[in-house]
Amino acid sequence: MPQLSDFHLFLVITLLKIVVVLVITLTAVAYTVLLERKVIGRIQNRWGPSRVGPFGLLQPLADGIKLFLKEDLMPLAVERPLFVISPMIALACALVSIAVVPFGAVHTVHGVDIFQIADINIGLLVILGITSIGVYGIALSGWSSNNKYSLLGSLRASAQVISYELALGLSLVGVVLRAGSLRLRDIVDSQSAHGLLSWNIIGGLQIVGFFIYLMAAYAETNRAPFDLPEAESELVAGYHTEYSSMKFAMFFMAEYANMITVSCVATLLFFGGATSPFGHMFDATGPAWLSMVMPVFWFVFKVFCFLFLYIWVRSTLPRFRYDQLMAFGWKFLLPLAMLNIIATSLALAYHG
Amino acid sequence: MALALFIIFGVLCVAGALNLLFQRHPINSALSLVVVMMALAVIYWTLGAEFLAAAQVIVYSGAIMVLFTFVIMLLNAGEEERTTGSKAAYFVGIPGVAGIIALLTYIFLHEKAALGYARLGGSLDTATSNISEISRVLFTDLLLPFEVTSILILVAILGAVVLARREQ
Amino acid sequence: MVPIAYYLILAAVLFSIGIGSFLIKRNIITIFMSIELMLNAVNLTFVAFAHQWKLIHGQIFVFFVMVVAAAEAAVGLAIIIAIFRTRQTLNVDNINLMKN
Repeated sequence: MPQLSDFHLFLVITLLKIVVVLVITLTAVAYTVLLERKVIGRIQNRWGPSRVGPFGLLQPLADGIKLFLKEDLMPLAVERPLFVISPMIALACALVSIAVVPFGAVHTVHGVDIFQIADINIGLLVILGITSIGVYGIALSGWSSNNKYSLLGSLRASAQVISYELALGLSLVGVVLRAGSLRLRDIVDSQSAHGLLSWNIIGGLQIVGFFIYLMAAYAETNRAPFDLPEAESELVAGYHTEYSSMKFAMFFMAEYANMITVSCVATLLFFGGATSPFGHMFDATGPAWLSMVMPVFWFVFKVFCFLFLYIWVRSTLPRFRYDQLMAFGWKFLLPLAMLNIIATSLALAYHG
Repeated sequence: MALALFIIFGVLCVAGALNLLFQRHPINSALSLVVVMMALAVIYWTLGAEFLAAAQVIVYSGAIMVLFTFVIMLLNAGEEERTTGSKAAYFVGIPGVAGIIALLTYIFLHEKAALGYARLGGSLDTATSNISEISRVLFTDLLLPFEVTSILILVAILGAVVLARREQ
Repeated sequence: MVPIAYYLILAAVLFSIGIGSFLIKRNIITIFMSIELMLNAVNLTFVAFAHQWKLIHGQIFVFFVMVVAAAEAAVGLAIIIAIFRTRQTLNVDNINLMKN
């Protein structure tokens, strides 16, 4: 086998990383759907899917096959190019943000960090930027469907996403102030000193920021209790009313991939990312492979907790009214986020 | 490598801008402008302005252009009809624009050596990051303009609210 | 190694296309978008010169341009909505109440 040059090695490992992460993310998306149906089922005192495979574990596969084999309807009055491209925009934007997420401790193979696809010094801004592009998928799908329910849904969605993006961005400023960097690795490192106690949500006193982030993230991903864009009782299915088959599946996957991204960001920014809640207490024990796998385990565990919280909230809270949603975002979350920034910067200036 | 990046995204920019010009429907124009802005963000990054690249994506394509598409959807703007008023624009505008391009291109190519070369991602100083440098200047030397801008934005918000509010 | 001149030429081309569509387009929203395109072209020149002079101030100017553009877009689109509400059209040739 001929010796590969550094650049080729980098290229091969990076492509491999992308493929692996993509496969894992898509599988996670499929199983988040199952998790949601199961958990909501239990909360509503029923079983949830249980027929396909043991405990219904093969249900995502059955769903996938069903969606693939369905007829792909193309309504006559749609704007064809935009109608086709908007689910792709939605899904692509949902998946791309995973690229900057570090999901393990630094571990290099041939000089390439294998637990993060791209280590960018403006990682947080990249995530915010991609999230803000994602709204085009929803806005265009509603407009190009040429259907008033879809249009109303997408108008609601774009207004909601733009409004809550402000609160979302401002809630992260406190964390960035503490870390002094926008690089996600630096932000994680700034919380790794004493485990649980130095996480931003506890040691950093960013619990207000976390609360704002959580609310804004629910609104950004159009999930309950802020799922106005797809409110079944008012808008049929909102922006994806006219979609069927794989195009519908893309929107569906985009929603769950967005949930996963948002959970990853919350984990990184407020819960110490891939660091253990016990700090460096158990670092010395165990074999070498354990110290490589444990960070990934903690990361996945934290993300799982977030997804569970998402589902729990969905099955518990009723939907907001639209004016309540806007008032909550603009009159409560935004001022609160600004106060949080002022308080954090004053505290930082006082201490250091 | 740098040249390839520049050519790919430069061509994307120009193609997007031309598409803005030739598309009849405002929403298609808006989307081609989004393409131009995203490609420009990459070009900013090759010039070592990574903060501006991110800001370009977040502010321009993520906020301003979403606002444009929102208004287009809200007003349900259809295809534009060409009217006679634009005749003069065709006859005076197009030669004038061609003249401007020719003149500027000539000047820039003439001064090519004096203008120097760009280093890929060449930040101004590798030791300090682009963002900390920008924020240092922004919050020390240029604090007053920065604060004045915030008042400008406040005025703009109030103006937009007053203008867009339905008459009672 | 790309000559700075190429970036400037790209900016000039974008700016000219902006002028062209500003003159030719009849839809007021598209006209507004061509102004944004021209602003973007100017921003590119600023960034290119900031790179050439190894000074950060060009980039900060671009930052200010972005902020002002955002404010301008908010006010401009509000004006467009107000015009549409009273005149029921977006064609600039039909908005000629003061002309005749």
